[in-house]
Amino acid sequence: MSDATEIATPRASVFAGLRLTWTAVLAGSVLLFWLILALFGPWIAPHGEAEIISGTTFAPIGEGGLLGTDKLGRDVFSRLIYGVRTTLLLALITTVISFAFGVTLGFAAAILKGWFDIVVSRIVEAFMAFPSTLLALVVIGAFGTSITVLVLTVGLVLSTSVFRVSRALGYDIGVMDFVEAARARGEGTWWILTREILPNSMAPLIAEFGLRFTFSILFLSGLSFLGLGVQEPAADWGLMVQENVGGLFLGSSAALIPAACIASLTVSMNLLVDWFQQRQQGETVLEKIDQ
Amino acid sequence: MSDILTIKNLRVEGRPPGGAYVPIVKGVSLNVAKGEVLALIGESGSGKSTISLASMGFARPGCRIAGGEIWLNGRDIMKLSPQDRHALRGDEVSYVAQSAAASFNPALRIGKQVIEAPLWHGAGDAATLTATAVDLYRKLDLPNPDSVGEKFPHQVSGGQLQRLMAAMAMSCGPDLLILDEPTTALDVTTQIEVLKAFKDIIRDQGTAAIYVTHDLAVVAQVADRILVLKNGEMVEEGPTAQILHDPQHEYTRMLMDAVRPAPHLVDHVDASAAQAPVISARNITAGYGALTILSDVSVDVPAASVVGVIGESGCGKSTLARVVAGLTPLREGEIRLDGKVAAPSVKDRPRDSLKDCQIVFQMADTALNPRQRIGDILGRPLEFYQGLKGRARVEKVGDLLELVDLPRSFATRFPGELSGGQKQRINLARALAADPKVILCDEVTSALDTVVAAGVIELLKSLKDKLGVAYMFISHDLSTVASFADEVVVLYAGQVVEKGPSKVVFSPPFHPYTKLLLSSVPEMRQGWLEGVADTGEAKAASAGSVVIGAKGCPFANRCTHAIVGTCDVTPPPVRTLPGELEIACHLPIEEMP
Amino acid sequence: MYRIILTRLAQGLLTLLLASIIIFGATEILPGDVAEAILGQSRTEEALATLREEMGLNRPAIVRYFDWLGGMLQGDLGTSLATKRPVADMIESRMWNTLRLALLAAAISVPLSLALGLWSAIRAGGRVDKTLAMTTLALIAVPEFFIGLILMKVFAVELKWLSASANTRPYFDFWQNFRALALPVATLSFAVIAHMMRMTRSSVINIFTSPYLEMAALKGLPKRRLVVRHALPNALSPILTVIALNLSYMVSGVIIVETVFGVPGLTRLLVDGVTLRDIPLIQACAMIFGAVYILLNLLADVLSIMANPRLRYPK
Repeated sequence: MSDATEIATPRASVFAGLRLTWTAVLAGSVLLFWLILALFGPWIAPHGEAEIISGTTFAPIGEGGLLGTDKLGRDVFSRLIYGVRTTLLLALITTVISFAFGVTLGFAAAILKGWFDIVVSRIVEAFMAFPSTLLALVVIGAFGTSITVLVLTVGLVLSTSVFRVSRALGYDIGVMDFVEAARARGEGTWWILTREILPNSMAPLIAEFGLRFTFSILFLSGLSFLGLGVQEPAADWGLMVQENVGGLFLGSSAALIPAACIASLTVSMNLLVDWFQQRQQGETVLEKIDQ
Repeated sequence: MSDILTIKNLRVEGRPPGGAYVPIVKGVSLNVAKGEVLALIGESGSGKSTISLASMGFARPGCRIAGGEIWLNGRDIMKLSPQDRHALRGDEVSYVAQSAAASFNPALRIGKQVIEAPLWHGAGDAATLTATAVDLYRKLDLPNPDSVGEKFPHQVSGGQLQRLMAAMAMSCGPDLLILDEPTTALDVTTQIEVLKAFKDIIRDQGTAAIYVTHDLAVVAQVADRILVLKNGEMVEEGPTAQILHDPQHEYTRMLMDAVRPAPHLVDHVDASAAQAPVISARNITAGYGALTILSDVSVDVPAASVVGVIGESGCGKSTLARVVAGLTPLREGEIRLDGKVAAPSVKDRPRDSLKDCQIVFQMADTALNPRQRIGDILGRPLEFYQGLKGRARVEKVGDLLELVDLPRSFATRFPGELSGGQKQRINLARALAADPKVILCDEVTSALDTVVAAGVIELLKSLKDKLGVAYMFISHDLSTVASFADEVVVLYAGQVVEKGPSKVVFSPPFHPYTKLLLSSVPEMRQGWLEGVADTGEAKAASAGSVVIGAKGCPFANRCTHAIVGTCDVTPPPVRTLPGELEIACHLPIEEMP
Repeated sequence: MYRIILTRLAQGLLTLLLASIIIFGATEILPGDVAEAILGQSRTEEALATLREEMGLNRPAIVRYFDWLGGMLQGDLGTSLATKRPVADMIESRMWNTLRLALLAAAISVPLSLALGLWSAIRAGGRVDKTLAMTTLALIAVPEFFIGLILMKVFAVELKWLSASANTRPYFDFWQNFRALALPVATLSFAVIAHMMRMTRSSVINIFTSPYLEMAALKGLPKRRLVVRHALPNALSPILTVIALNLSYMVSGVIIVETVFGVPGLTRLLVDGVTLRDIPLIQACAMIFGAVYILLNLLADVLSIMANPRLRYPK
């Protein structure tokens, strides 16, 4: 009797459908909308990035421009469209930097172990022993504000979390039997990393990328809001909030609109990551009691 | 009506996260009378555990009771409100889970947990209930019955915890007791006392019980009636004696055949002395960090033969395999593969030395990369060791699949699409792809169902005959080793206590530990438990636990023959007996059991 | 157990030392030095040399580090480059404002988020749980300044119920204080509550995948008891960590809130210091925040060690 005829289990859930929820669709659409605006912005925007279109500052919605004017009489709508580029691009670059650092060092620490792991982990721990905003402020205070400093600083700050996730993944997957089997076969470190560990870390890494991207947007716009991030005359959503806060008491929405846009971006991203993670989860004992 | 529980046409469905519901239990009916023990047996996926939980009106997360009637104490509990149904649990019916170590809340004291259910259901005040619980502890032969309740779960041994869980289940005075594989996680030597305790307490209290297990020998000891399940359907039902001795259904007969102990022991094949053993491990000492697992272990595997390594969990069997494979570097000693000294670490071994010795792991699931197709899993070693590429590689992958009795078309599948037995065959094929001289089999059949495991053993045998490959076969399952191995090594607490040709090892004189192992293996004979549980050996064995790094003989604290002042102080001498048998024991040969 | 706690305390001390090195290092490896920063564009080589001599900048970095650290330990936080006043005085006058905001927000958010988290866990899968999950998921992704501005727009600009300025005066009565502090405290609490609540819930729910909770459920215990008596004690350690993390996160949140509501607090001082590149001020503020952060995490660790029965009652 051979068990070769046994009924095989149905295809793994990896291949099951995407199982979209309405929140995921909504969040995806919002992100797509901003992405398109970022790509084609300059052809859509009615006015230039720093062009003053009206003598009236803080013109309300509908007057002056589609969404009013800001503290210098620039078109809020146009600056918003230019701003999405800056916001998304900077967030993307910082996230990519954090992944380049974090993933490389994290997996290297998990695979090489020994003194390399100890040294890198200690350094990362020391960096994590600070509130991230504080760390960024100290560095910016020392080096002054420029895009390069900003991007590198935030990238570095975010990479500590990426490092932790990657290292944990590397350790967890690294002790699994199929990796042991490869090791016993005599495979080299590079092969084990790229063929065995990485393909099995993709899902958590994608989720981590989404979370870091959200965090990066929040972080950068926070710095811009403090006047320590992107500098005028460039259009950046966080900066637009900072410029126009004074208009709040004059009835202007010039500060609220970009703030809401940032929120739409980050909330959508968060919802999407949540959907991505929820797909792999099931019920708990708690829910069974009432059934 | 004397039936405590009657289930009619029960249907349960389950689904993977996010997937669609599929039937797990397909219309099963059963009944349990007062004071009766009904055993549900079947292999994994037969729905036995699901049915047992459904008798409390409970379905595991991801499952749901889709239909049928569940009559408990004369009312259909599926017609009750969820609240009323929930109130019955821990009152009229209680549950004993597979692993006590995992089922006790680590943050609460044991006594609190034991009396929690009756206290909540208003069966009495804490003081009275604690007094009752202490009585139960005493009945269950637990050491320090008065104070054990004050302890936290991590302060008590596994076998004791399992008995404490029985106390927890009985504390509410249930009408129905559900035991879900309650001894599966225990070692054979610990199992006996626990099994005896369960049996006695069920009889004492006159409780009706459902006993879920895959182990027919265990069933023979405790059950009055047996219900055989397969794929969520009832195959056969009848009194224990009838099912064991006169099974009607073909599937039941197949189950029986798979577990029957080997009728004969393998004859020792004399390895030609001229040929160097494929594995020669000399005086190995190894461990992890500060912990020493193996001390001074020597094992030889002659070409084209099977060497069985047996012992209980934690005795260092797997570590031995890892040390030979170079995954865990040894501290002292020497390993020779095919006569040549092998480097301690896999990193420093040349490719042709790696090729000769392959390893197959216990968990078929985790040993295969879920993101690679079978074709790539098997193709990689072909490429790595033999440089096969393109068509030649594809061809050879197909040949390998056929060698392990799987269709060639499996090459395009992912591991997730295969069953447990099929996965283990792929693991074997991957090892064979290297064209090795010896394969280290680390508990390769332990996670498989009996019938499937028997199939894998058959395959291993035929491969040995066909390809002349040798095995180091590591297992805790004595009967499998006995039926398969030419030579046997018995490990205890990281030391070799006995080794030799299997026929000689499995006949007297024994090392006391070998004797205990042999007598602890449950037999399918009813009444076996009573015979064995009362022996001094079983009692002594359950009193102590495995101590690694003992000063004298590691088994001294569990041995009935221990000579005080000698065994617990001086390491035992290795005695060479006729028939190439070696036993590490202080006892004179005539006094060995 | 005491040995573990002592080790952990020693580790905390070491981290604090490392933190001081990072702060000092980051602010001292400037292109140029403090003297250049002070003199700005109008510097002459002579003036630079004199100033460097005066400030002791010619000494090696290690000597200056220990000088600085020694000063810190004795309460001498240096002199501000921008105002020429002792940093300690500047900080002292601002500290209370920040501390008050943070303490009020902590007093509200910790109990509230614990209660909400447990409630959500008890109702897992139900409507309460789902609504809370969605709301908090959105809330944690919303920038604080947006929450602050919206609250300000609604309650201060439109409704005029509360004050948009968090400036308080010593003669304020309870209601005047309330009007001034309600919005900044609420803003600060929002994001932190959302995060803590989610983590409390998921820490508790995580425990529900373990066999001992199935066992407890099969004893017929109600969900409330399962969550509070069985899951919570085992989830204490992650929950404590999350609370510490969020309380220290308030350090970041406070920066934004103080800016939005114009609170003359410690973090405004830091941001101003960063803008003016007032190195001694940055170093002192950073050390204070760093120390608070490290102490909070240390406290959480020590508490979870003490709550673990495996460590409290060894075999």
